[in-house]
Amino acid sequence: MIKKNIAVSASGLIFNPDTGESFSVNPLGADIITFIKEGNGRDEVAQKVMEKYQVEKASFEKDYDDFMDLMQTYLLIENDD
Amino acid sequence: MEKLRYERPLIKRMENEMPNKYGGKADRQPMTHIDGLAVKDLLAEYGSPLFVMSEKTIRSTYKKALKAFTMRYPRVQFAWSYKTNYMDAVCNIFHQEGSWAEVVSGFEYDKALKNGVSGKRIIFNGPDKTVSDLTKAITNDSLIHIDHLDELYTIMELIDKLGKRPRVAIRVNMDTGVYPIWDRFGFNYENGQAWDALNKIMASGKMDLVGLHCHIGTYMLSPKAYGIAASKLSDLALGLKRRYNHEVKYIDLGGGFPSRNTLKGSYLPASDTIPSFEDFAETIASALLNAEFPPDALPLLILETGRALVDEAGYLLGTVISNKRSSIGKRTTIVDIGVNLLFTSFWYNHKISPAQEFSSYTEETTIYGPLCMNIDVIRESALMPLLNKGDHFVVHHVGAYNMTQWMQFITLRPNVVLIDLEGKAHLIRRHETMDDFEKMELLPAHLKNFDL
Repeated sequence: MIKKNIAVSASGLIFNPDTGESFSVNPLGADIITFIKEGNGRDEVAQKVMEKYQVEKASFEKDYDDFMDLMQTYLLIENDD
Repeated sequence: MEKLRYERPLIKRMENEMPNKYGGKADRQPMTHIDGLAVKDLLAEYGSPLFVMSEKTIRSTYKKALKAFTMRYPRVQFAWSYKTNYMDAVCNIFHQEGSWAEVVSGFEYDKALKNGVSGKRIIFNGPDKTVSDLTKAITNDSLIHIDHLDELYTIMELIDKLGKRPRVAIRVNMDTGVYPIWDRFGFNYENGQAWDALNKIMASGKMDLVGLHCHIGTYMLSPKAYGIAASKLSDLALGLKRRYNHEVKYIDLGGGFPSRNTLKGSYLPASDTIPSFEDFAETIASALLNAEFPPDALPLLILETGRALVDEAGYLLGTVISNKRSSIGKRTTIVDIGVNLLFTSFWYNHKISPAQEFSSYTEETTIYGPLCMNIDVIRESALMPLLNKGDHFVVHHVGAYNMTQWMQFITLRPNVVLIDLEGKAHLIRRHETMDDFEKMELLPAHLKNFDL
């Protein structure tokens, strides 16, 4: 789950008030964060991305997992438990 | 609604570091076409990877170089350096433009003859000329550039046998102010070896000493070094006139002008650092004109420029195989071009352009080739757009040395295409096949069968 206090601007800038770090994301990265914040799970995010972008599920899932790994590394995600 | 082009999601931590005045930026433009032909169409027709040569660029670069020199010195002759690229089609473009042939082996010598170059217009350089090679070169009245005394004595023996008077030059190495000195080719100027060889040739009375040659280095960034070389060869030529009343017909300054590829370790791109043809021409012409040759006896200036004339005309087209992350999280991309095809990636940071539209987002990427070897790295670190599996890309400035130094390693060499002046593609070297490879192998009878 993406931390609730993470702010995402329309231009793809992310600010983490816990660490004071800033990040930038590309448009698809911003879309994914928005979809997750809306409460969508992995499959729903994939569905929404495939509706908007020219990509197949297998390709996207590999990139999605990589993206989420980085979000975790950057401490932008908190575990549900 | 039409779907958007996909680029993988990207997140980057924003870091405030010291500004880097040498920091590069990624190219914003894709290279979708070469001389009017779509990269994707070329790859669809001829397969990936694919070498593409531009006839238009070869001819325009040659004309530019020739003009730079002929505007400053009245007698100039280029000789095409076969070792740089000996595709027959490429050689013949240079020959059509007026270049002689400069070869460094019996194989290259035969190639030049087969291409239709007259023996008289072949310059034979290199340290390894066999008795058979020299016999052929003497018989064909080629210009033999003697590299060492053993070669000189072999020629003397052949003269008696063949009853011919060969046209020869000596190769001279020297201190041009650029270090390390390339002192492996020919006879040294400073320690008297060059005069020793010249005296032996003149004393023999059996050869026509027609020229003086040097090859001072490669990817030379200093025009001044060529000025020094031209002055020192002029000094030898004028000394021959004084001592023997003998005039050499030409001074050959070899090759070594740089191309627009950026050397590894350079702070700035080559386009910002390399001297122009005009810079080299100005320095060389000044040195020759300021020597004490009488105006009506200026020696012919021969140039064996290879890299600077053909590198920009060559492209290597390829396809992305996969995107991965390294153990430390660095982005890596595997492509279908390895160091077996792009030999020059060992010393250049080749420019690589996507062949389709892309966004402004980039990632620091290591680009690996497809070979199952750790050294197969095309770019250790390049700011690359977000390429997807299957995307195409173009490696720039590959016309020099790659099509001669390429290796047949675990795979077969690909097609080479030339785009002519009308924008039509011609296959100039077909891809290798297993059949080609097997034709060269012989299997002893006792090794034909086995049980597993």
